Amino acid sequence: MPKEHANWSPYDNNGGTCVAIAGADYCVIAADTRMSTGYSILTRDYSKICKLADKSFMASSGFQADVKALQKVLASRHLIYQHQHNKQMSCPAMAQLLSNTLYYKRFFPYYAFNVLGGLDSEGKGCVFTYDAVGSYERVGYSAQGSGATLITPFLDNQLKSPSPLLLPAKDAVTPLSEAEAIDLVKTCFSSATERDIYTGDSVEIVILNAHGVRSENEQLRKD
Amino acid sequence: MFRNQYDTDVTTWSPAGRLFQVEYAMEAVKQGSAAIGLRSKTHVVLACVNKSNSELSSHQRKIFKVDDHIGVAIAGLTADGRVLSRYMRSECINYGYTYESPLPVGRLVVQLADKAQVCTQRSWKRPYGVGLLVAGLDESGAHLYYNCPSGNYFEYQAFAIGSRSQAAKTYLERKFENFTGSSRDELIKDALFAIRETLQGEKLTSTVCTVAVVGVGEAFNILDQATVQALINEFEISGEEGPTNESVAEEAGGESGGAATEEGGAATEQETAPMDI
Repeated sequence: MPKEHANWSPYDNNGGTCVAIAGADYCVIAADTRMSTGYSILTRDYSKICKLADKSFMASSGFQADVKALQKVLASRHLIYQHQHNKQMSCPAMAQLLSNTLYYKRFFPYYAFNVLGGLDSEGKGCVFTYDAVGSYERVGYSAQGSGATLITPFLDNQLKSPSPLLLPAKDAVTPLSEAEAIDLVKTCFSSATERDIYTGDSVEIVILNAHGVRSENEQLRKD
Repeated sequence: MFRNQYDTDVTTWSPAGRLFQVEYAMEAVKQGSAAIGLRSKTHVVLACVNKSNSELSSHQRKIFKVDDHIGVAIAGLTADGRVLSRYMRSECINYGYTYESPLPVGRLVVQLADKAQVCTQRSWKRPYGVGLLVAGLDESGAHLYYNCPSGNYFEYQAFAIGSRSQAAKTYLERKFENFTGSSRDELIKDALFAIRETLQGEKLTSTVCTVAVVGVGEAFNILDQATVQALINEFEISGEEGPTNESVAEEAGGESGGAATEEGGAATEQETAPMDI
């Protein structure tokens, strides 16, 4: 009897790229809005960025059904935290929670490649980058998803100081201004769009600083 | 109520068909400090008296936020109240997770009542010693429910529980017909007047009471002391009196023989079993 359902997988990759950059008093979290499956486009207008807390935003590429489930679990856990502690979770606390939640499913992982961005308790920008099972690190900048391999070397070149490749490990924020960082992000996405078929349509950019949150949208190539 | 041979276990009926342990649990509610609730078409206000044991200690929390659209005020064993609030919060979170919409208040209240009933039918449990005023907003409007240790629950336009709550109930009975059309601020003012009744002449300041509101476009929140004090000052400066003083003196007798509130409140006469509604 030949094997049946050999080619069925519980996972699918919906593609897309996420980037985050931490500044001295701001954080930029960006993700493209294209959702694909195989060589087809499902929609050009899907947000991969989720607000987990007042000062924590998560951008995730990978399997969006798992991403949605992960976002719901974190939202519920955050509500419980607020009831118990009477305050919002800080970004580093949320970072640890995300790591634990991912590892909880170590043997049937969330197919989600996450980047968490926000402001820490001192108001400085912070970015945390993850793998699918919860290994994480605080960094000055990060890219995840299908265009990550195209973007990361470019960011290493442009943002020398917060690079995790430098030794000794230094303060993990870029000296760039907020406007310069946003411009850098737009450049990253337009370059990645050129060569990565899963990245394009438009990029949603969320900027978090002491004054609050705002969102920008920049059109990208649609081919 | 007096000690008798049928009141040791919650699972023992008396010959008159009463469960004394449950009735004793309802006594615990009457001993707690007062909590009141009132609702209009669009808002529900909860208020409670906060007396601390000594000047050195902090007040006990008697009002809990359960979700953005639901809050609860308790009277009785506050520890039991805390545990039930945690249960309610968990139910709201789980419902929101599954249905991505807020848990309707009536559903939560039934779940709470069923949970209380279980404790009246297990020999190894005791009834919860806390009464809960559940205030919430859902698609069918603004709601105020009272859950008691017996596992019964009722919906109210306005209600008061705890010690000296009869004074507040009398005030509310006088005014409740206007509550449906009240504005948010009028409702809060009525709540403060009702609380003042239970204080029996003691000065009403924001240090002895807590007020919380939930309404259309307003998530459940507890008003901060400064806001409450400002409201108190407003009506004290304008010299407004709630009810007249004579009726207040009559109510000083407390719960025994108190009149029932409108809309199906529990009778508190000695001979009728409180659960006979």
